[in-house]
Formats: sequence, structure tokens, C-alpha cells
Amino acid sequence: MPAGRTPVLITQLIYGLGGLVLFLIGIWSFLVHEPLLRKLIALNVMGAGVFHVLIAVAYRGLETIPDPVPHALVLTGIVVAVSATALALTLGLRLGHGDD
Amino acid sequence: MIDWLALAVALPLLGAVGAVMLPGRAPAIGLAGAVLTTSAALSVGLLVAQGTALRSDLGGWGAPLGIALAADGLSAALLVMANLVALCISVYALDYFGAGSRRHFWPLWLLLWAALNGLFLAADLFNLYVTLELLGISAAALGALTGRPEAVGANLRYLLVGLLGSMTYLLGVALLYAGLGTLDLKLAAAALTPGPLAWTVFALMVGGLLLKAALFPLHFWLPPAHAQAPAPVSAALSALVVKAAFYLVLRLWVDLFGAVTDGGAATLLGALGTGAVVWGSWRAFRAERLKLLAAYSTVAQVGYLFLFFPLLAEAPATQRQDLLGAVLLLALTHGFAKAGLFLSAGLLQKAAGHDRIADLGPSIQGLPAVALAIGLAGVALVGLPPSGTFIAKWVLLSSAIGSGQWWWAPAVVLGTLLASAYVFRVLANAFERGPRHGSLHDARGELAAAPVSIGRLAQAVPLLMTLIAVAVLGLEAEPLWDLLQARSP
Amino acid sequence: MMAVRNLLIVAALAGIGVALAWVLWGILTGPAGDRLADLALARVPETGVSNPVTSVLLNFRAYDTLLELAVLLAAALGVWSTGKALPGFLPAGEVLRGLTATVVPLLVLSAGYMLWVGAHAPGGAFQAGALLGAAGVLLRLSGQPSAGLPALPWLRVGVGLGVLVFTLAALVLMAMGAGFLTFPLGIAKWLILVIETAATLAIGATLAAVYLAGEPLPASDAPCRQGGPRS
Repeated sequence: MPAGRTPVLITQLIYGLGGLVLFLIGIWSFLVHEPLLRKLIALNVMGAGVFHVLIAVAYRGLETIPDPVPHALVLTGIVVAVSATALALTLGLRLGHGDD
Repeated sequence: MIDWLALAVALPLLGAVGAVMLPGRAPAIGLAGAVLTTSAALSVGLLVAQGTALRSDLGGWGAPLGIALAADGLSAALLVMANLVALCISVYALDYFGAGSRRHFWPLWLLLWAALNGLFLAADLFNLYVTLELLGISAAALGALTGRPEAVGANLRYLLVGLLGSMTYLLGVALLYAGLGTLDLKLAAAALTPGPLAWTVFALMVGGLLLKAALFPLHFWLPPAHAQAPAPVSAALSALVVKAAFYLVLRLWVDLFGAVTDGGAATLLGALGTGAVVWGSWRAFRAERLKLLAAYSTVAQVGYLFLFFPLLAEAPATQRQDLLGAVLLLALTHGFAKAGLFLSAGLLQKAAGHDRIADLGPSIQGLPAVALAIGLAGVALVGLPPSGTFIAKWVLLSSAIGSGQWWWAPAVVLGTLLASAYVFRVLANAFERGPRHGSLHDARGELAAAPVSIGRLAQAVPLLMTLIAVAVLGLEAEPLWDLLQARSP
Repeated sequence: MMAVRNLLIVAALAGIGVALAWVLWGILTGPAGDRLADLALARVPETGVSNPVTSVLLNFRAYDTLLELAVLLAAALGVWSTGKALPGFLPAGEVLRGLTATVVPLLVLSAGYMLWVGAHAPGGAFQAGALLGAAGVLLRLSGQPSAGLPALPWLRVGVGLGVLVFTLAALVLMAMGAGFLTFPLGIAKWLILVIETAATLAIGATLAAVYLAGEPLPASDAPCRQGGPRS
């Protein structure tokens, strides 16, 4: 591969592999921990991991405009994750409080 | 120029917004939205039935830059079934919900419907992720509508498991985009070559979807969530939402990963399907409550659907169309039958105040139309002729034995036997005479049951649906095979 | 038993992780190249805005954004369906009240700026909506039970506004012959601005509304907690 691509590749690998690690930590936490809040945090960490991978894929170097498509995907993904987390938290709240 | 594909998604969205902004008129707006959406879906079905698959590039940007909607024979058939079932559920739900729940049900229901239509018509892989999330969120919110702790807990678990599946699917999509540079289904299928990338993406995407399709042993979330939801919601969840996830697995298997998958993955899916059939049917047989029985029956039916994968993998090209037609017919029949069963269970629950099978005798005897609907649903679930399930199971068994994979057959036979057992368990109450535990218990039960009157329309709906499952789909199954032939222009 | 199960999970995930890492390495060092970047950047001038991410979000993949607004709406409706909003916090002390009075108007101003600047620089509807949502959360934390949101009938209009404007615009374009979600070049910039404004209001309203964890009460019924402000 062209020599000029190496710094880009290193950056992509750092964030990409870091994203995968986050994803796996998220799954582990989801499977192992019982409390609702920890499971929700685990899901959000998983999401953060996937977003890292997407951002890493979009990076093309400091002088080049990055690929806008993964950035848009991440924005959409963040909003979707926030919505789902909000609903899960509210349902959990109702369970914890019973019949207020 | 009317874009029916886009309308099928836009109309329920508009209806949902209308129902949110005008909560006083929510049922009327909801019903209007239901009728309009079903018309759009029927138009799509009619157009595809004339021979060519449809495709619409939204925004005028072609793939790979823009998002496309597409409908071929398989998705058009499921789209029509889903919309007809949803229309029936909407009519049933007009009477079902009280004044307090109405303004919450209708907007969420239309959003769920929009997600379903969007899912069947999707041709872009990331778009599928957003659609799946919309589906999961509205389904979980609807399931928890009763507010009882068991319902909220079960549907919270459904939401969390669904999110786990979506995130896994999303990682698969991210890696696929990274490797192929496109998110469009057709272009990705053309660019995908067998190798570690294909295998990883396949495992991630299908694995995430299997959680949503509730394939054994990933089915644990389904029975409580479906049993605790209000009856119209249970009907939609079992008949449509789970079916949508299976459709996605089938679509990805056939279109995207066709060159990549081999017998190993197919055998795994078949083995899990066998487990689902046996375990689901057994738990249904042992269930004490009618809605729980129906939910476990869904687990078993999903197993039957997945049993087709190993057969598809080994079948020569001439037989593939037959198998695809059979699995489609099974999915369609189960959609109508299961929805009809859940709606009937809802009526019985309203009449009796509970859904314990052993004590439902007086209620069943008091509602003969509902009893008939349950009977017909049972015929379709067991697979007696002339229902569509009979034809599908026939093709399944003959293909298994004919291709030498006879080991899939015993599970099908065992599942059918257990299904007969649990259907007869429910129907046996309809033929009972006289008190069971003592006259005082029954007198109290009848007094409680008497004042609740069940509307004629509400009784007619499940009857109609199960009739379609048994008679129409069984006797008029031929056109489905022609529908599957629809090719792109 | 639990320790064995946890160990198995860790081992399985480690194996999966190695496989995924190897695949990612292969992808990033492979020939995939620029993927959709060049194609998208080349066609940005046809979208009416000059920020590439906004053109992807609001033009190339506008359908995704429409569904995403629907997801937000579904979450708000789901939260409302679980019951009434929780009682609010105590009215704020001096310091918090003063800070809130300064920060909230700045947040609203920044949101407006974000919305406008999104056409040609980083920014856009979601960022602006998040700022508005944060303003609402801050208001609720400092003692206002309604989080700065209007009363319920108008709040319903607010949360549905994004999906409504977007879908109507798409349908009108389809009826006019352009195609569903096809923005003609001449009006694309203003159409996107209108849609983004509606989306900003909807996102801000939704994010603040779900923070109430339930359906807000009519203004006259809002309960106050016992006792005076914390000193």
C-alpha cells in the first residue's frame, strides 16, 4: 500500500480496534450484570463501540475531507440509541416504583 | 406519479402524527390510517402480481448513494398479509381499549405498522436497522400498555434483548460498509465474495436477527412478553413482528449471502428449529393460560419456518421455488391463524375475566363464534387439510425425505402431534357439560361473566381471519407460486 | 457455577474479538479505498447545502432521517403511555437559579445558530435539538416541573412536528411530480431549512419531555414538594 497511507491506517486501526473492544466489553457486561441500569449502560457502550468503528472507517487523513456517509449513520444511530434508552429507563422506573 | 411503496410507509406515519395531535379523535384517525395504508399495500401487491418487481429510488438518487424501496413476490405477499392482519386488528381494537388507553394505543400502533411496511419494503441495510429499532420500540411500548408489573417487566426484557440484537446487526452493517463500500442490498450482494468478511458479517447480522425472531434457544423473552400484552398487541407481535424478523433472515440468506452460506450454517439453523418445534410445542401443551399457550405455539411455528433452511441449502434449483412457496405459505397462514387465536383469547379473557384454560368452559360455550374461530385457528396451527399449513408441512416432509435428510421429519411429526394435543385441550372445554369443582364456584363464575357483552363485530373479526387461514390460503395457494416468479424489470 | 459461566462468556467473547479484529485489519488494509466518499462529495453541490454530512442526512438519505424522527416520536409516546410524570424537583437556590437564568437563553440562542449554520459548517437539526433538550433538562433540574415545555395539547403538536413536516413535504413533492423526498435544486436549501427547523423543535421537545418520565399534568395540577427550597 502507498506509504502515505500509513498514518491514516494507524489512526483507523486504533479507533476501529478500540471500537471492537468497547463492543465486546458491552456484550460481556450485558450478559454478566443483573441490574437494569448496568445493562442499559452496557448497551450504550456497545453502541459507542460500533460508532467508533464507523468513524474510523470514515477517516481519510488530516488533509482530506472524511467520508460523510458513516458520520451521518453515527448521528442517526446516536439518536436511536438515546430514544431506546429513554424508553427502557422509564419502563424500569415504573417497575421500581410499583403503583405510584 | 404515485409511489405506492413510499405511500405504504408515509400513510401510517401521517396517521400516527394525526392521532398524536388530536387524541380525542385517535380511534377515527387510526381507522382511517389503517384503511388507507392497507389500500396502498394492496396496490403494491396487485402491481407485483402482474409480473414485475417494484423498485423506488427515494430522493432520485440511485443506489449506492440514496436509499431504495423494493418489492418482489416474497415481500409483496408478506406485505399484503401483514396489512390485512393489521387492518383486522385495528377493527378489533376499536372496541377493545378504554378511554384512557386509546390515545396511547393508536399512535404507537400506526408507528409499528409503518415500521412493518418499511421493513418489508426495505432495500438498504442501514435503513433496515432504523426500521428494526422503530419496530422494537413501538412493540415494547405497546406490550407494556396494561401497566401491570409483569407486563412492564416482560416487555422491558423484550426491549433490551431487541437492542442487543440491533446493535449486533449494526456492527455487521458497519463492517459490511467498510469492506464493500455500499449499503444497498443488491449492490452488496453483487460485491460480496466468500471469505472471512462475508462470514463475519453473516454471523453478526443473522445472529442479531435470530434474537428478534425468537429462534430457540434465543426465544426466552417471547412467551412472557406476548402473553402479558393486550390481546390486539399480542396478535400483532406473534403474527407480524416475529414474522418480519424471520423474513429478514430469509431475505439476507437468499439474496445477500447466497454465494457464501453452506450446509453448516443451514444445519445449525435446522437443528435450532427442531429444538424450537419440540420445546415450544411441549411448553404449549403444558401451559395453564391460553395466551401463554398461544405464545409458545409461536415459538414452535418459528421453528418450522427455520426447518426450511437446510432443505433450501440442499435442494436443486427446480425444487427451490417449491420450498420458498411452502415457507411463504406457512408464514402467511400462521399470520392469520395466530392473530385470530390471540384475538379470540382476548374476547374470552374479557368475558371470563381471566384466561386459565381449565376454567374457560362457560365462556367458550357462551361465545360460539369465538369457539369456532379457535377451532379453525387450531386446524391451521396443527396443519389439517385444507389449511395452508397442511400444504406447507407436506412439502416440508416430502422434501426432507426426498433429499435424504429424513432426520428433520420426526420433529415435524412430534410437533404436529403435540399441537393437536394442546388444541384439543382448549377445545375440550367447549364440549363440557355440568359443573366441575362445585356449583358455588360455577355460579360465581357465571354471575361475573354475565354482564360483559362482547360485540358482534369483535367476534366476527377473528372468525374471518381464521377462515382466511384455513380456507382461502389452503384452497387458493396456487397464485403464490406465480407471485414468487416476479422478477425485476 | 456462575464463575464457570462467566469464564465461558469471557472466553467466547475473546475468541469472537480476535476474529473480528482480524477481519477489521483485513478491511482497513485492503483495497476498499474511499467507499462512498468521493461519490457523495462530488454530488454535494446538487443538494442545496454545502455541509456534506447535512446533505447526506437531509438529502441523500433523508428517508433514514424521517424514520429516525419517527423513532423519537415512538419513544416519547412510549414514555407517556407508562403513566403520569414524576413530581418535579425543589425550586432552585440562589446560585442555581442565577446560573439557569443565564445559561438557558444562551442554549436557546446556540440552538438557533446551530440550526442555521448546519447548512455550510458542522451543525444541524440534531445538534440544535440536543441543545434545546439540554435547556429543558436544566430547567426541570432547577425546579420547573414542566421543563420549560408548553402545556399538553401544544406539546403533542411539538413532538409530532418533525415527522409531520417531513412527511407532508415528501408527499407534496411526490404529488407535484418530483418524487417522494426528491428536492428540486432550486428550493432544496429552503426546504431543508424548514424541515430542519421543525425537526429541531420536535427533537428538543421530545428530549425534554422524556426527561419527565411520564405524561405531564395540566399546569394547574402540578404538585409541589413539601417543604421550602433547600438552603
